[in-house]
Amino acid sequence: MSTMQDMRRGAVASIPMIIGGIPFGLLFGSLASSYGLSPWFAVAMSAFVFAGSAQFVALGLIGLHAPIWVIVSTTFIVNLRHLLYAADLVKFVKHLPMSMRVIMGFGLIDETYAAVRPMYEVGSADKKNGHKVYLGSFLSFYVMWNVTTILGVLSGELIPGMSEWGLEFAMVATFIGIITPYLKHKAFWLCLLSAGASSIILAGLPNNLGLLASAVIGVAMGFISDPSYKVTSKLDDSIQEVNK
Amino acid sequence: MTLWQGALIISGMFAVTFGVRFALFARADKVVMPAFIEKALKFVPVAVLTAIITPMVLMPNQHIDFSLSNPWLLGALVAFGVGIWRQQQLLTILVGVLVFFIAKYGLSL
Repeated sequence: MSTMQDMRRGAVASIPMIIGGIPFGLLFGSLASSYGLSPWFAVAMSAFVFAGSAQFVALGLIGLHAPIWVIVSTTFIVNLRHLLYAADLVKFVKHLPMSMRVIMGFGLIDETYAAVRPMYEVGSADKKNGHKVYLGSFLSFYVMWNVTTILGVLSGELIPGMSEWGLEFAMVATFIGIITPYLKHKAFWLCLLSAGASSIILAGLPNNLGLLASAVIGVAMGFISDPSYKVTSKLDDSIQEVNK
Repeated sequence: MTLWQGALIISGMFAVTFGVRFALFARADKVVMPAFIEKALKFVPVAVLTAIITPMVLMPNQHIDFSLSNPWLLGALVAFGVGIWRQQQLLTILVGVLVFFIAKYGLSL
């Protein structure tokens, strides 16, 4: 299969989440202009930072005149989950040249991880073509995010009330669309329920620390309730194969 | 905000965001993931995304609102149901968004 075809497969797998992201990008641009920020600031943030939920949190903090170190450290904490995605993808990128890994690192967002990771699982992405599928997904999100930011900035100046429409709900629906296919075992339900309950209980923690703590609690609960200790059985299988 | 402050905010945000995403990729050929980490990582998307959206859905105005007159909760429940039932991302997103906007604007008319 050609590079273009692989990239197209990545983009096609991303279409539902791209549609979900459009209102979110418009909202970001219009919020930035409703805070009286320069249009260039919003456009540059989407182009260089490329992190939806962190960009929203940063806007809120800028609105509160928070110091720069608070904005940057909050961004760090909100995006810390990407470290966990990266840890999961290491096995698929270790053979790739550094320049490719730089680009893939820049483009590592929830949606591309959610679109491409299952493709490795079912074999429609592998060591040879996985990075092309990934690039197709990343580039289509990148174009969408930057175009909708610009449109949001422009329309936010034309339609002032846009930031109160509730466009953030599109992100909620998109994330639900990512979560539900996982819920096939009890362990994932327990992970969901414990992360959700913790996020409400810990919502008052400063700088979004509740998010990080709830994520850790959810992962831990899923991990201990997971009955499939396949790690050892797989190891046994491979040992047996070596013996043959 | 001055141009200088804006540039500083964006470069700071870029540095930490890219740093977090790239750190492990940079040493991907040397990093060895222990098996139990691999096992825990598969729970990351569900845990993280749930922790992001649950407060948005249950506390849209900073207070807990469990009633079905909360459009966020109604939209999320319907999206969740559709997602479990059909497992089609686009359908989940569109139905959820539609129910949310009907609940938010349709019912208040």
